[in-house]
Amino acid sequence: MTRKAGDNPKDLLFEKTTAVFAFGVLFLAFLLFALLVRESLPAIRKFGAAFLVTKTWDPVAESFGALPFIYGTLVSSFIALLIAVPLAVGSAIFINEFAPEWLKTPVAFLAELLAAIPSVIYGLWGIFVLVPVLRDWLMKPAASYLGFLPLFKGPVYGPSMLAAGMLLSIMIIPFILSVSREVLATVPRLQKEAVLSLGGTHWEMIRIVIGQHCIPGIFGATILGLGRALGETMAVTMVIGNRPDILLSIFQPGYSMAAVIANEFTEATGELYLSALVEIGLVLFLLTFVVNFAAKWILKTMVSRAARGL
Amino acid sequence: MRKGIGRWIGIGLTLLGLAWALPAMAADVIINGAGATFPYPLYSKWFYEYSNSHPGLKFNYQSIGSGGGVKQITAGTIDFGATDAPMTEDELAKLPGPIFHIPTAIGAVAVVYNLEGVQSGLKLTPDILVDIYYGRITRWSDRRIVSLNPGVKLPSTDIVVAHRSDGSGTTDIFTNYLSAVSTEWRAKIGRGKSVNWPVGLGGKGNEGVAGVVKQTPGAIGYVELAYAMQNKMKTAALRNKEGNFVVPSLESTSAAAAGAAKSMPADFRLTLVDAPGKDSYGICGLTWLLIYKEQRDEAKGKAIVSFLKWAIRDGQKMNAPLLYAPIPKPVVEMVDKTIRQINFKGKSLY
Repeated sequence: MTRKAGDNPKDLLFEKTTAVFAFGVLFLAFLLFALLVRESLPAIRKFGAAFLVTKTWDPVAESFGALPFIYGTLVSSFIALLIAVPLAVGSAIFINEFAPEWLKTPVAFLAELLAAIPSVIYGLWGIFVLVPVLRDWLMKPAASYLGFLPLFKGPVYGPSMLAAGMLLSIMIIPFILSVSREVLATVPRLQKEAVLSLGGTHWEMIRIVIGQHCIPGIFGATILGLGRALGETMAVTMVIGNRPDILLSIFQPGYSMAAVIANEFTEATGELYLSALVEIGLVLFLLTFVVNFAAKWILKTMVSRAARGL
Repeated sequence: MRKGIGRWIGIGLTLLGLAWALPAMAADVIINGAGATFPYPLYSKWFYEYSNSHPGLKFNYQSIGSGGGVKQITAGTIDFGATDAPMTEDELAKLPGPIFHIPTAIGAVAVVYNLEGVQSGLKLTPDILVDIYYGRITRWSDRRIVSLNPGVKLPSTDIVVAHRSDGSGTTDIFTNYLSAVSTEWRAKIGRGKSVNWPVGLGGKGNEGVAGVVKQTPGAIGYVELAYAMQNKMKTAALRNKEGNFVVPSLESTSAAAAGAAKSMPADFRLTLVDAPGKDSYGICGLTWLLIYKEQRDEAKGKAIVSFLKWAIRDGQKMNAPLLYAPIPKPVVEMVDKTIRQINFKGKSLY
């Protein structure tokens, strides 16, 4: 099947050229990593591993710790997934399985259009629409009735971890939605019809087919969304409240790694301050790397388990 | 036939080359600068007006932030820097040669709030402001605020504190003021372009803080005076050193500058906060251009010096319409003396 590329000089040239491009990408990633490490060396030397578990972020005293930012990034992304995955998978199932033909295209098109909106527009919408609505209609009532729960403790400001998570969820829905639809479309028609012809309901058909076929694919779609949520900067910083603190309540403000870099990098003076910001970039880089790697691994075991199950 | 086409192409290319080269020859001096964003509207107006009356001179100013301006002038990649915070001793020590801080304008930071039914001009003392930003005063109906403002109906809403999340000269001026009026603030928080705020929400840029304040009932924040005035935000009247309550305005900013002019140090690295004078507003700050004393390029150095001569006199007339206070007269004379010292290999460029 694979002919040796040495047969034809043109093929050889083509192969080598594409190889250069491929290694170029790897080389770029390596350069990025190397530069991040080099620039964050002063901070690594000064704070060591404590950087990852320290809560203070004090540019005046030059005492830096990344924990509130790591926490904020993870929690806001988690909230986003919690909201986005059911919504996106649900609408993917509806569009693919139930929607009449005339509704299918516009709904799918509009949902995917969400991906094309610049994040600063999402941020503005967040400040002027989402945050006031959330504050007056959800957070205030919730805080007064459920405020005894640590998760919903007041006071209510508006900009908060919850607002950031919700905004992120809207931003990642199109990614999860369109990949989920592709995954659902790969299910052989015969299998679906087989379930129905055995007397299964629509719900049973979807449950069986998705359970058998689509979970790994939908998981992959979720990871794609997560990757975007982890790195999102502009929209998050506009609604998260930018407070480097670790508070259990999702009504309280927080901060994310990408947001603090964007906020403070331009005016950061002093070697240690700058390198602490670069080290946050390094941590974000590694975190994204670990998340993707873990996802690939889980996906692989899922796929092989599903294959054995069949 | 072929030869003919070749000749025509040759002539065409020559003409094109000339067309390209002529304007380049005319604009033979390009001055590169970078730094503060706060005076950018003023500087771009200055550069535009000055280039118009001086053909052959062009300015290229990148408003990348004061920190970036200091970094680039230290590295020598630009001809002048611009900053809202005077360079620290550490930063000065890293420079290849002596540098001048040339004050160009004075800005003020307004304390703005969102309280339904309360007019602009709510009275606040420095202590109250510090305690609000410390998180010790948490309600607008606090006894200290109420007793200061008889006749004003203050709601019992929570105070939502807003500050800048991005590093900024505005924050530097504001925290400098809080440090000046409170020894506790100076010891525990300090001043800087970014600080470790005890409470509050961070907004990115003036528009971010203004967004939080406008959107959140009970919010208090600080923005540049020009921004507060253009957006018609409610500003607080702060008690100054002499005990008068003063709202931020061009007049009260100029008064602060005049009050501080007497104590202006020779290097102009003065912080204007809590300035003396009965009409002075407390939270003001200078903004500076950073120019090396010894210029490396004679033509550029000459152009910079003659621009500075213009900027501290005629240029100052453009300050007020853009809501920057001009440099007080006695200080202009001092700056003029400093500009005379700028030289190229020992030769004055004045």
